[in-house]
Amino acid sequence: MPDAAVSIRGVKKNFGSFVAIRELSFEIRDNEFFTLLGPSGCGKTTLLRLIAGFESTTDGEIFLYGEEIEKLPPDKRPINTVFQSYALFPHMTVAENIGFGLRMLGWNATDINNRVEQMITTVKLDEFSHRKPAQLSGGQQQRVALARAMAPQPRVLLLDEPLSALDLKLRQQMRAELKALQKETGITFIFVTHDQEEALTMSDRIAVMSAGELQQLGTATQIYEEPANRFVANFIGETNLIDATIHSVNGQQVVCELPGGFLLDARIDNSTAVNTGAQGAVSIRPERLSIVAPDTSQQPTNHQGDHSLLNATLIDTTYLGTDTIYSLKLTEDHNLSVRVQNNNALGSKAIGDTVTVCVEAAQFLAQ
Amino acid sequence: MASGTFTPVRKWLLLPTWVTIGFFLLLPILLVVVYSFLTKEFRGGVDWTFSLDAYDQFMFDRGLFGDEAPSIEWTYITIFFRSIVQALIATLFCLIIGFPTAYFIATRPASSRSIWVFLITVPYWVNLLIRTVSMKFLIRDNGPMNQGLMALGLIDTPIHLINTNIAVQLGLFYSYLPFMVLPIYASVERYNFALSEAAADLYASRWTILREVLIPSVKPGIIAGCILVFVPSLGAFLAPDLLGGAKTFMIGSLIEEQFKGTAGNWPFGAACAVILLTLVLMALTLYARAQSKERAQEQRAG
Repeated sequence: MPDAAVSIRGVKKNFGSFVAIRELSFEIRDNEFFTLLGPSGCGKTTLLRLIAGFESTTDGEIFLYGEEIEKLPPDKRPINTVFQSYALFPHMTVAENIGFGLRMLGWNATDINNRVEQMITTVKLDEFSHRKPAQLSGGQQQRVALARAMAPQPRVLLLDEPLSALDLKLRQQMRAELKALQKETGITFIFVTHDQEEALTMSDRIAVMSAGELQQLGTATQIYEEPANRFVANFIGETNLIDATIHSVNGQQVVCELPGGFLLDARIDNSTAVNTGAQGAVSIRPERLSIVAPDTSQQPTNHQGDHSLLNATLIDTTYLGTDTIYSLKLTEDHNLSVRVQNNNALGSKAIGDTVTVCVEAAQFLAQ
Repeated sequence: MASGTFTPVRKWLLLPTWVTIGFFLLLPILLVVVYSFLTKEFRGGVDWTFSLDAYDQFMFDRGLFGDEAPSIEWTYITIFFRSIVQALIATLFCLIIGFPTAYFIATRPASSRSIWVFLITVPYWVNLLIRTVSMKFLIRDNGPMNQGLMALGLIDTPIHLINTNIAVQLGLFYSYLPFMVLPIYASVERYNFALSEAAADLYASRWTILREVLIPSVKPGIIAGCILVFVPSLGAFLAPDLLGGAKTFMIGSLIEEQFKGTAGNWPFGAACAVILLTLVLMALTLYARAQSKERAQEQRAG
């Protein structure tokens, strides 16, 4: 059983009186595409800089394949970084940039040339090897930065929002390329982003961070389908958060009471223990709601529980091409947003109509 | 296109600049060049007769009465050579002290940088002459520096600095250090420190980062600083006059003497100034040509 690639143990980081990282402990597995996701100021970039060695921890330890690296300066850590601003050396050519790390490691000229050529081919920059960074487009500079960081074959590659400076189309293309590159090389990637779509599409596992703390660690499906708290539910995708009280508990299945007296089946996180009467919220994704005809009591077959129907008043519709968003009023203070694909004929609904919605999946959040 | 519409207006707006440059820069230089080819008047001033005497005096020794066969006159060439060496050493010292100073200021928090820059310029609120005279009092044999060192028991006899090359050097260094610090500071402040991090991330030591990443990135500031220190050092006359002696005579003093009082020789002073100007312009042209060649090579490579 190999050691974890990177092991974060009780790491804290303060800048003066500002607490950047409150306390973090988790492990990043070998050969994993791991993403640190969170809004700006959540401490994700600080953690990356601690791993790279540009900052030192206030408290706690960081291990790299079982070896403590806290005391090592950045140039002694077998870790390379792709910087947000790329940080390419402006006075060096593409080839010199890519070969820089190898030269510092003392490789001989022939080996450097071979490796640089191989990297240039990998990132498809064959015709540009003698150009200076200023003569390249943003996407090409990004590839140079990637090739430069990967050339010394680091055990762990850190990527600090590397796609944020690219336009949408290029960003989507680079996502696929990065993912493929990670699979191909087997290098552990630690990827920092504030873009949830990027995180969901690329990562093996995601650590959602906020205010210097870990909110949830899991696969894309886990953090989307089973958010651990209100922050994660809100930050990842769209959701309806409605105040709820636990009515009854049955293992990981609960029945909760919503405003207006509705009872609803929901799941809870296996780490959360709740009792009857506990206050919290349910998170319901807009696409896990559907509108059913009010006169039928028939429930969709994919729903297992007994309590899944809510009555609400239609207050607005938004047509999105493939989908339509229906805004519903559940009670005076609680609205629901329902996302329905436009392929099934719902019939025309008028503003002010009372509709019945069926909840396919809901998650109870204690906090 | 659109900018064409404004061209006539722009031309007129530039008029004050052209008048200033013409009147205060080109015209005086032209006068100096013309004067260097005139005949000297014995009480100072010139006689409007064309003559190459000034340049002849600079280059050749024809004996006391001017009737001997010409041999090379080394006096003035030596003064020029000494001035160039002094100016180069002053530039080097300013660079060695100025670069770390500029780096230090540029790496302070943005809020305190302007205070540091202000502190650098504070001495320059006092006239250069007064500062140079103060320096003379500080370093003379029974001045505060020597008395202090003797009181501390570090030395037994005063260190003799006045009238030496070292004193002149000290004066030049003190006079022109900010001209080195400020352009380098401006360059380092614009430097992207992520480049240093990237180099460290790619296994470069601190020394290698300085040599291979930082210095090449701030090279324009270093060159500007060197030019700004070298050129005025070459023509300086206050520091050599006040702190140096006969053996530390520099071009600036030589030229100054020719125009001072009634003993001077205006055409000769003008000729020295023209020779100095020519040397400086040649050095700068060579540098500019080397730069543009380097740039052309880069473009061809690209």
